[in-house]
Amino acid sequence: MTPSNTTPLLSVRNLRVGLQTSHGQLEALRGVDFEMQRGDTLGLIGESGCGKSLTALAIMGLLPERATVSGSIALNGTDLTQLSDEALCTLRGTRMAMIFQEPMTALNPLHPIWKQIAEPLQLHQGMDLVSAKARALELLERVQLPRARERLDNYPHQLSGGQRQRVMISIALACQPDILIADEPTTALDVTVQKEVLALIRQLVAEDGMGLLLISHDLGLMRDQVERVMVMYGGAVVESAPTKALFGMRAHPYSQGLFAARPQLGLKRGTRLQTIAGNVPEIFNWPQGCAFADRCAYVQDNCRQALPQLELVPGTHDGIDENVADKSRRVNAHWVRCPEWQKLEASA
Amino acid sequence: MSTPQTFQRMTQRALKHHSFAVGAAIVLLIVISAAVSLFWSPYPVGDIDIPNKLAGSSAQHWFGTDSLGRDIASLLLVGSQNSLLVGFIAVGIGLGLGVPLGLLASAQRGWVEEVVMRAADFTFAFPALLSAILLTAIYGPGLVVSITAIGIFNIPVFARITRGAANAVWSRDFTLAARAAGKTKWTITWEHVLPNVASVLIVQATVQFAIAILAEAALSYLGLGTQPPNPSWGRMLNEAQSQMFQAPMLAVYPGVAIALAVLGLNLMGDGLRDLLDPRLSRTR
Amino acid sequence: MSSFVLQRFFSFFATLAVTSVVVFGVLEWLPGNAAQVILGETATPESLVAMEEKLGLNQPAFSRYVEWVGGLLQGQSGMSISYETPTAVLMMERMHVTLPLAIMAMSITILMALCLGVYAASKQNSKGDIGVMTLSQLGLALPNFWLAILLILLFAVHLQWVSAGGFPGWSEEDGGGLWAGTAALILPAIALAAVQTAILTRVTRSAVIESMSEDYVRTARAKGLSKQQVLWRHVLRNAMIPVVTVMGLQFGNLITSAIVIENVFVLPGIGRLIFQAIANRDLIVVRDVVMLLSAMVILINFFIDLLYAWIDPRLKTGTPAV
Repeated sequence: MTPSNTTPLLSVRNLRVGLQTSHGQLEALRGVDFEMQRGDTLGLIGESGCGKSLTALAIMGLLPERATVSGSIALNGTDLTQLSDEALCTLRGTRMAMIFQEPMTALNPLHPIWKQIAEPLQLHQGMDLVSAKARALELLERVQLPRARERLDNYPHQLSGGQRQRVMISIALACQPDILIADEPTTALDVTVQKEVLALIRQLVAEDGMGLLLISHDLGLMRDQVERVMVMYGGAVVESAPTKALFGMRAHPYSQGLFAARPQLGLKRGTRLQTIAGNVPEIFNWPQGCAFADRCAYVQDNCRQALPQLELVPGTHDGIDENVADKSRRVNAHWVRCPEWQKLEASA
Repeated sequence: MSTPQTFQRMTQRALKHHSFAVGAAIVLLIVISAAVSLFWSPYPVGDIDIPNKLAGSSAQHWFGTDSLGRDIASLLLVGSQNSLLVGFIAVGIGLGLGVPLGLLASAQRGWVEEVVMRAADFTFAFPALLSAILLTAIYGPGLVVSITAIGIFNIPVFARITRGAANAVWSRDFTLAARAAGKTKWTITWEHVLPNVASVLIVQATVQFAIAILAEAALSYLGLGTQPPNPSWGRMLNEAQSQMFQAPMLAVYPGVAIALAVLGLNLMGDGLRDLLDPRLSRTR
Repeated sequence: MSSFVLQRFFSFFATLAVTSVVVFGVLEWLPGNAAQVILGETATPESLVAMEEKLGLNQPAFSRYVEWVGGLLQGQSGMSISYETPTAVLMMERMHVTLPLAIMAMSITILMALCLGVYAASKQNSKGDIGVMTLSQLGLALPNFWLAILLILLFAVHLQWVSAGGFPGWSEEDGGGLWAGTAALILPAIALAAVQTAILTRVTRSAVIESMSEDYVRTARAKGLSKQQVLWRHVLRNAMIPVVTVMGLQFGNLITSAIVIENVFVLPGIGRLIFQAIANRDLIVVRDVVMLLSAMVILINFFIDLLYAWIDPRLKTGTPAV
């Protein structure tokens, strides 16, 4: 059990990202703050366009050329925003790794899969071809790819979606990174395969003691896979809490709406599905203040003027109770970015 | 938004687009020259003035005279008619016959599509200029034969492009919906497919126009295109070549005219491609 | 792999066969018969009959076709009317000029276009990129025979570094030699290469840009590859697919453009041969040269297809397994 003053695995503070578009300079990320330790599993949930993928790309340093980044992203204490691309290249694949949503297009169609797995090994660990190919086989077996030995020389188009994603995972884990970022890894897969792949990710992450940042738009996934969830809306984290806590009580109006919108079994016939009134504002129409203002039932003037700060829900705290052996209660702070949250009814 | 307003907005966008604006300006210049030359040119093109042959630029002859004393400026001006005519008719043939073939192939699929596409592929295998030369060899040189030859080779180009673009439209769900609603293939082709492929065709038309002008110039240079006394930029270059040592500039002007026309059309085509691309018309 | 190659081989032969029929057929459907075209309108009835006999027009078309194809396959061909030599001999002679010319032009094109295209794509929207694009726009607009004339004006008339045309021959006894021959072909090769370079540069640039925006590039970057490494190991090979397609098409363009360029520089190549044959109404030569040129284009396309299979394994292996 690590004491609270260890350097966190990943510490993101006030991350803001600006993008240059045909409509001018836009702020695509307006306030992302979180911390992760080794072994933590953190989920990032939100709708399309809220900035989840952008956060992941910002951490990896893979934003488009025209992007401006402010704030800090500290990986094992090193501020990634201050590093050159060359320096980041030494960290990518070795200390931090990422897997993406579309396994079909994420693999190079012209290279056999063993070569794509061997690439980071050759690049970062200086392995020769033969050892790298052997290690690739080990990795494929680890991700439970059936008939791995025969499949080594296959090309991506010869594999199914789930198999390709396993290959992606083995690529990501090749150099044993400290943190794995998974951006909607199962969204493009069949439902039956989704469970297997997610279980695999959880297992491998636990075995290696890595940190996991799991991005998704699927609430159900969050419940099963991560210990802590952050809800994003309009380029900012609006709520952050341990999974159990969030599923127990939502403090932010948006999160409330999100959870309420889930269809449930056993409702009476004719019950209307709950929706959140209004539409997600497009990125070039984001207001000065809280992005949810126009859809919020509790909105006040000060909400619109400036982006609210993150507040701590009383009774939860950002500390580590050394007397508690259960890891899931180590950090149980519940943060919310809404000045009016106390007026909300706590809903189940 | 009402139609006049959309048109106004489109024109504004078009004029701001550098490629398109420059290209359109050049093309307009040439069209105006051709139009003007129908009624007037500094000198009648048939006017032979041997004593003044191979004169340099002067106030009387802005670009000088050729080996028969004819005014170069007038020849260039009237020659533009020739180039534009070739472009229009050749592209017209390609559009008129190629587009229906492409639409047919896409709507019918199956063996009809196979046959049309194989025929198109096959025509591509024959170098176009070569076959144009052949045809002019058999049927005699001249404007009509060269336009026909160039035009024939536009047919498979437009057929291919139309069929490719049309296939993309057919694969979209709204055509399926239209079929489910009972519309015939032909109605759908006319009402839905054609408007959606129009933008691709317009862009390709400018490209083919430019190619037609180049092809006709090459044929004329070889003596197989427009015959004297009708002026042709390509033929002017051929005549100029024999005078290279005495009057080198004669070899420059007609080439500039051709290059300018092609450049203008290419820029216009590039601009149109950007402007008409539905993906780019919204935010990136 | 082999089924793909076999398929392509069949396609190659089929196209060749159909081409031969078409080439033969076009000359059958002439206004008037071949003899009339060759001898022209002023021919006397007796000379017409003599020519018809010479061409074997009294035999049915099919047997003449078979004879022709059979002859070609055995390396023999008909006699040229105007030169009184077998067309095969004529064509071989002329190929000594045209083939080196085409190879030189294609080499210049590929080298320049790949370098410029990759450079422009990797420095997209920079001054260098804009410069390359502008240059290529100009290159596209230039009629190649005009460029040829301009080159002659500059290098032959003004600077007098090379002669204004003609070809001295490859052997030194005839007053030529390797160096002299190459020197005579440089300007024509540049004139031929200019337009093709412009086209291929644009294609290369857009293919590389397109490849760079693919997802696997993002994956490669996530693995820790630098931009340079990504370019060489991932982008270029993928970008080559459309580039190779265009290169194949360009070869056909090159051959036909050579017809015009050889006339500008008065080079004794295939292009000039066919042009003179048309002027002389020597249909035998015309027919055989057209067949040869078409066969060359079809052969190149066949090799391009094979090249695809080597670059893109999806073609080799076909349907995906699960």
